[in-house]
Amino acid sequence: MNLLIKNGRVIDPSQNIDDTLDVLVENGLVKKIGAGLTAPAGTETIDATGTYVVPGLIDMHVHLRDPGLEYKEDIVSGTKAAVAGGFTSICCMPNTKPVIDNKAIASYIINKAKAEGFCNVFPVGSITYGLSGDRMSEMGELKESGCVAVSDDGKPVHNSELMMRALQYAAGVGIMVISHAEELELVGEGVMNEGFVSTELGLKGIPRVAEDIATSRETLLAEYTGTSIHIAHVSTKGAVQIIREAKARGVKVTCETAPHYFSLTDNAVRGYNTNAKMNPPLRESGDIAAIKEGLRDGTIDAIATDHAPHHQDEKDVEFNVAMNGIIGLETSLPLSLSLVAEGVVTLNQLIEQMSLKPSSILNLNRGTLVIGSVADITLIDPKLEWVVQADKLASKSKNSPWLGKKMTGGAAATIVAGTVVYKR
Amino acid sequence: MAEFKHKHIIALRDLSKADIELLISTAESMREINSRDIKKVPTLRGKTIINLFYEASTRTRTSFEIAGKRLSADTVNIAPSNSSATKGETLADTALNLLAMKPDIIVMRHAVSGAHYFLANKVNCSIINAGDGAHEHPSQGLLDMLTMKDHFGRLDGLKVAIVGDITHSRVARSNIQGLTKLGSSVYLAGPPTMVPPGIEKTGNVTVCSTMNEALQDADVVMMLRIQQERQGKTLMPNAREYARYFGLNPNNVKLAKPNAMVMHPGPINRGVEMSSSVVDGDQSWILKQVENGVAVRMSMLYHVCGVDSVE
Repeated sequence: MNLLIKNGRVIDPSQNIDDTLDVLVENGLVKKIGAGLTAPAGTETIDATGTYVVPGLIDMHVHLRDPGLEYKEDIVSGTKAAVAGGFTSICCMPNTKPVIDNKAIASYIINKAKAEGFCNVFPVGSITYGLSGDRMSEMGELKESGCVAVSDDGKPVHNSELMMRALQYAAGVGIMVISHAEELELVGEGVMNEGFVSTELGLKGIPRVAEDIATSRETLLAEYTGTSIHIAHVSTKGAVQIIREAKARGVKVTCETAPHYFSLTDNAVRGYNTNAKMNPPLRESGDIAAIKEGLRDGTIDAIATDHAPHHQDEKDVEFNVAMNGIIGLETSLPLSLSLVAEGVVTLNQLIEQMSLKPSSILNLNRGTLVIGSVADITLIDPKLEWVVQADKLASKSKNSPWLGKKMTGGAAATIVAGTVVYKR
Repeated sequence: MAEFKHKHIIALRDLSKADIELLISTAESMREINSRDIKKVPTLRGKTIINLFYEASTRTRTSFEIAGKRLSADTVNIAPSNSSATKGETLADTALNLLAMKPDIIVMRHAVSGAHYFLANKVNCSIINAGDGAHEHPSQGLLDMLTMKDHFGRLDGLKVAIVGDITHSRVARSNIQGLTKLGSSVYLAGPPTMVPPGIEKTGNVTVCSTMNEALQDADVVMMLRIQQERQGKTLMPNAREYARYFGLNPNNVKLAKPNAMVMHPGPINRGVEMSSSVVDGDQSWILKQVENGVAVRMSMLYHVCGVDSVE
């Protein structure tokens, strides 16, 4: 695929590029970056004036629900939502039915994504067989079949010995372990953050310390074994501090947060809004401040959505009964761009957090526009004004707390391996 | 007479001081009906009330049923634990099916906090909350305030001690909302495991470190039911130790004012949160609370129906 992207503001943190330039793509690879480039006659040209031209965005935490739960989302609708949100690569979590704990399921996902999907899909296998929490899955084979990490997301590995052995074993295999860090007894039957709002609403709370304890355990296990660990969806002030301190000690820990954890507090639950119910839960303003500081100072490496589609029948119910999670692929970019507008992070930092860092944490060999790399490119229109509308979302599910809300910024075009897969 | 503008009564938090005063004063006038030989007026004749109780209840359900009948409404009781809910029907579907039978009011008790707001968005009849999870129990709050008013003639300036498991108590939350709006001060005491964070910010509330501090010079002592099934294994050692530190007995009740009222929303665990001698003692208003419950619920049913006058 050949393509010439003209006059965009090219931002590539991997090469310290931030300038108005042209990008020439040939055969699906980045061929040239420079000013006033020309292409052979017949090459498709995109006028990128007014947009940011950045390495394709990567969402390292997505639930595609395929196989088994296709009524919520499937590989086609999920990747369509991804490219509409500017993502060229996504990593899908293993809590499908059946679980991604074997080669057959991993291959099914990879093959279906290649045949019918709109972007790259990198599966994440499970740490334990069937997410059972009692014995390791075949991580070697999972890696060979294309899984880029292992995680028991949604069902934290409770047994500390097993988690320690999993870290050691995964290090041997050369696959990253992603931890959903929550101490389950403290989560109990909680349905939202424990605090003033839960007290007023009479809903059972989940204390922050549930996440803090588990985050501590994971960093200590990684430190003790000398292995790497990635902490998913950090939501608390305490967890940010624990990770900051661990990094300062040299622990090989990385982490991500999700847009809702720096955009919404538990006040969003008022009115018993099930689209504000997720796990970990929305916290308080002090946590938001800490998450932002973590993004600013580099404690938090990446922004991922934890895109968690659920059918209306699973959300339009009493609060305690509603499923956890919200969709995020199509709102992540504008919400994250607001961090730049607020002066929390620079544009370069944000692109790093949404592309280069996820790639380097999971060895995806993407997140860069260096000559010869795969031409996964996102064109961002920072001034685009739009309203989140259920019927306009590509995702099958509409469980977003931002329905009806105005957004600023979005993907103008999404290019995967030199092919324009989305254009606004 | 002031006008009641709410279609539903889900939480005292949603009502103004004037609304609450109106509900209480109407309840006072309803009591006259309850003392007649023929305890029935035609006020809600032709109205259909469904009592939908997802949680077990004797007192509240019976009270709502009697209240409806005394106003000549047709009342139907449904306990979904022995009907559709066990067949997997959702709350919304159950409600829509009931709605197809054209009720005017659904009185519901449900284990999930906020379930009534969910229901109110689905149906076009009035919803009255007979208790939702740990959120609110407005009819209990109103009958408690009516009972206090009976004794003191006012609610303004009262010191009300509420003792027990505040975290899981919808009674405490409704009382905090109502009493704060009507000018009383609420003092809470309970094991720290049963006092939820930020409760002091929900109204005119002081959290006390001991039960004695709460009882000191109190006008009202309200004891909450300690529920073994709710408090589980982690909130307290056992009922014996609980009774030692948070039980009301003939000794510590003396810390309250001499004319203090002792109240309990029931059902009581005798010997746990209250000793029998206090339950049955001179200061106990517990049965009066139950009696007032009927009048308060008549008032609530009457006002959500928006009927013109009581006969």
